[in-house]
Amino acid sequence: MDKEQKFTWAEILKYGAIGGVVALFVILVGMVEGFNERFIISETVTLGQITLFAAAFLLAYFATQSARAIKSTGFALLTSVLVGVISGLFVAGLLFLGTKVNLRDIFLNVSPVLLKILHLGKESMGAAIAANLIISALVGLAGGLFALMPKRWSSALLTGLAYVLLLGIMQELLTITFGNKAFYKPIGKFIYAKKGLSWAGTLLFLAIGVLYQMWKGSDKLHPGKKIATMSRQQQMGIRIASFALGLIVLLLLPRLGTYPSEILTTVGIYIIMGLGLNIVVGYAGLLDLGYVAFFAIGAYTVGILNTTGKFATTEWGFWAALPVAVFLAMMAGVILGIPVLKMRGDYLAIVTLGFGEIIRVLVLSDWLKPFIGGAQGILQIPKPHIGSYVFKGPQQMYYIVLGGILLVGYVAWRLRDARVGRAWKALREDEDVAEAMGIHLVSTKLMAFATGAAFAGLAGAIFAAKLGSIFPHSFNLIVSINVLSLIIVGGIGSLPGVVVGALILVGMPELLREFADYRMLFYGALLVVMMLVMPEGFVPEKTHARPAEGAPPDTGGTPDAAAQEAI
Amino acid sequence: MLNKFLRKHDTTDFVMWLIGLGLLFAVLYGSYRTLAVGKYDAGVWRDLLIFGLAQGSVYALIALGYTLVYGILFMINFAHGEVFTGGVFTAYFVAIAMDKAGFIDDHWVLALLILMVVAMSFSILIAILLERIAYRPLRGAPRLVPLITAIGASFFLQYAYRGIYGSGVKTYPDFPALDGKLHLFGSEWPILTTQALVIVVAGLMMVFLYWYVQKTKAGKAMRAVAEDKEAAALMGIDVDRVIVSTFALGGAMAGVAGILYALLFKQVNAFMGFIPGIKAFTAAVLGGIGNVPGAMLGGLFLGIFESIGPSLFLDGLGIPSPYQLKDAIAFTMLVLVLIFRPTGIMGERLSEKKA
Repeated sequence: MDKEQKFTWAEILKYGAIGGVVALFVILVGMVEGFNERFIISETVTLGQITLFAAAFLLAYFATQSARAIKSTGFALLTSVLVGVISGLFVAGLLFLGTKVNLRDIFLNVSPVLLKILHLGKESMGAAIAANLIISALVGLAGGLFALMPKRWSSALLTGLAYVLLLGIMQELLTITFGNKAFYKPIGKFIYAKKGLSWAGTLLFLAIGVLYQMWKGSDKLHPGKKIATMSRQQQMGIRIASFALGLIVLLLLPRLGTYPSEILTTVGIYIIMGLGLNIVVGYAGLLDLGYVAFFAIGAYTVGILNTTGKFATTEWGFWAALPVAVFLAMMAGVILGIPVLKMRGDYLAIVTLGFGEIIRVLVLSDWLKPFIGGAQGILQIPKPHIGSYVFKGPQQMYYIVLGGILLVGYVAWRLRDARVGRAWKALREDEDVAEAMGIHLVSTKLMAFATGAAFAGLAGAIFAAKLGSIFPHSFNLIVSINVLSLIIVGGIGSLPGVVVGALILVGMPELLREFADYRMLFYGALLVVMMLVMPEGFVPEKTHARPAEGAPPDTGGTPDAAAQEAI
Repeated sequence: MLNKFLRKHDTTDFVMWLIGLGLLFAVLYGSYRTLAVGKYDAGVWRDLLIFGLAQGSVYALIALGYTLVYGILFMINFAHGEVFTGGVFTAYFVAIAMDKAGFIDDHWVLALLILMVVAMSFSILIAILLERIAYRPLRGAPRLVPLITAIGASFFLQYAYRGIYGSGVKTYPDFPALDGKLHLFGSEWPILTTQALVIVVAGLMMVFLYWYVQKTKAGKAMRAVAEDKEAAALMGIDVDRVIVSTFALGGAMAGVAGILYALLFKQVNAFMGFIPGIKAFTAAVLGGIGNVPGAMLGGLFLGIFESIGPSLFLDGLGIPSPYQLKDAIAFTMLVLVLIFRPTGIMGERLSEKKA
């Protein structure tokens, strides 16, 4: 018993120290200061403060969870408070040190502004340190309570808090979009103060989140389960209706205005690329880090064929250049695919990375400058048009992007269960076995590279038309990593996952301008965390088990019967 | 005989050979043209060679980190370039402080040693944290999983350095004692003192590493774990500890490499480790990944090839400002080695299971 007690004290110290180090990292990297202008709740809570105390909350949560297993509830709560306090001590230490010594020569972000934020509105040092410790303790306690709560409550509360956070972040977007619409004005006035949510808005969204999660959690009312009990015709009807509704919403989205359309087109271009890389990485299991090269080929093809500027060659117009761009990207996919046919796994990743870098160096070099403009890029690419209708802004380009997504999504969806799609998956699981089963490795792999590259070429073509000018720095390795991150976050091999991943990873930095600086930091951390915690992603790929040939045909039993059979 | 040959190799092999032959011809023809024109004299070639040797020894030290880890875990520690950055970037602040105090002018040897120790400590710290947080939980996962983690860790570290230390390029303080050509035994040698120092220090580190891996007990344990983890564990070797010490050893080499890099190129920034990291990986593959002397030779070879290549064959092909393309040469080398001889020049053939 005594030994166990000791063990837990050391554990508390460990959790607290980790929390403190994470909090220090977040501060030193500049997030606390960077996010501090963004009020979530008016005059009270800023996003910077949330990031400052998030570590204490999380670590107290984890510590309490592991303490609860061996200790009493009272001890678990004590643990949470102590973890909070210890983590707060680190921040207080930085506050003290930062005021006494000039740390700025090394740590760029320990600015007077930051120190003022860490003072939490208190004037004297002592009061500020005390405030830090007390708030950390309270936050730790909150984390502990979360861990001790029944799962249903905590998830409901979490949903509520997430709603508040999301709505707080979206203030700018909503105001820009609906600000001058008559119906929005009273709503906006009610939920938002000048900066951040008003108290009424906060409570409203907290309540909505909690109630929604409660409602979803209760079995009887859940819509998915209700639909499952309906007849097949009814299900079909609901499916068609929701599809039509979704399409109408998608078609009307650009009417929201220029700013949301701009975000949506950017997200859309990443969705197209994600769908392509999803075929290469997700279906066929070939980790391609040079994927941006095909995007660049698509963009440069449209650029060179259409520009009216310095490198003007033809005046084919967007619609004639588009298939050429897709075709060239596809050919590049095959050409770069041939050398790597015999390679697997990590070597393949490095070689494709090498290809991407070679292309980038070549594009930037003086050697190819007379043809593709070097670092100055290609300017004056005219906008696409059909007859006299010009796709001049994001609101119009949106439809081209949407068309691209629908086309590419349809192709990816059909390929998934087609012969080649199943061959890809077999390849992904085990190359040798796949070959033994009669899958032609060369054509299957090249098909994956070609399809993925074609999608990227399409995305690149649209990208060039959207921007009207292209520069080599738009095509560096980071784009490949972005696309890889979004399919991993969404779920490798999952089509809806690509959309979700793109909305989160590409949409969010657009919403949260301050966040853009920490984008790659966040993506890197996300790749690590996803691989450690949930490698299957947020929207995992559905693996449908098909009955083997010769097995008794599916009798069409209810899901329950099937589940029982499985047991 | 011909039939057997044809059966063993398919069309793609022939395509690849054609491409390879084409590149080889371009290199030979370019070199011939450059030499025939006689644009550069022997002095230029000698300087390029020495510079290549110096930067090659930096690559070699970084490459050791890749090779050691790959030898044991069969994973590419993609974030090793950032382990390198972490040490030298942190040591920069110590260097500035010592420069302000006039310590570098008075005791440059001691100052250099301190810098190396600081850089080594931070590189080791980062390498060990990486192993503990990002790689250890994933041991035994499918091979792409740790690679993706490593890529994530690499970008995370790059942007963490940028966030903490700032995004600007920082210039390392000058070592006045190392300026100019090397003077030794009363005569002037045709080599810059810095370059000579870099080559010597890197050489010493490599000798030390070779001795450590081959002659000490810890090195023996390392080799045992590389050979067979389970059998090593049965023999009473603490596998986790050996893996940690391998990462630490790689980190130490990267830390020293960082200081040498700073001596050669004078500048540091948050993203400086990425390209040298990939090049060092190329060097490791070139020498046969998992092979310690191979990594050293691979590094030296790549450094020289990259330094001489642009002037030697790109110039002859009539390509303007060939020096811009030196990274492309290194990467082409990477691609070619991985395609034609993934086991490297000195590497033994790894069986499919092991690799």
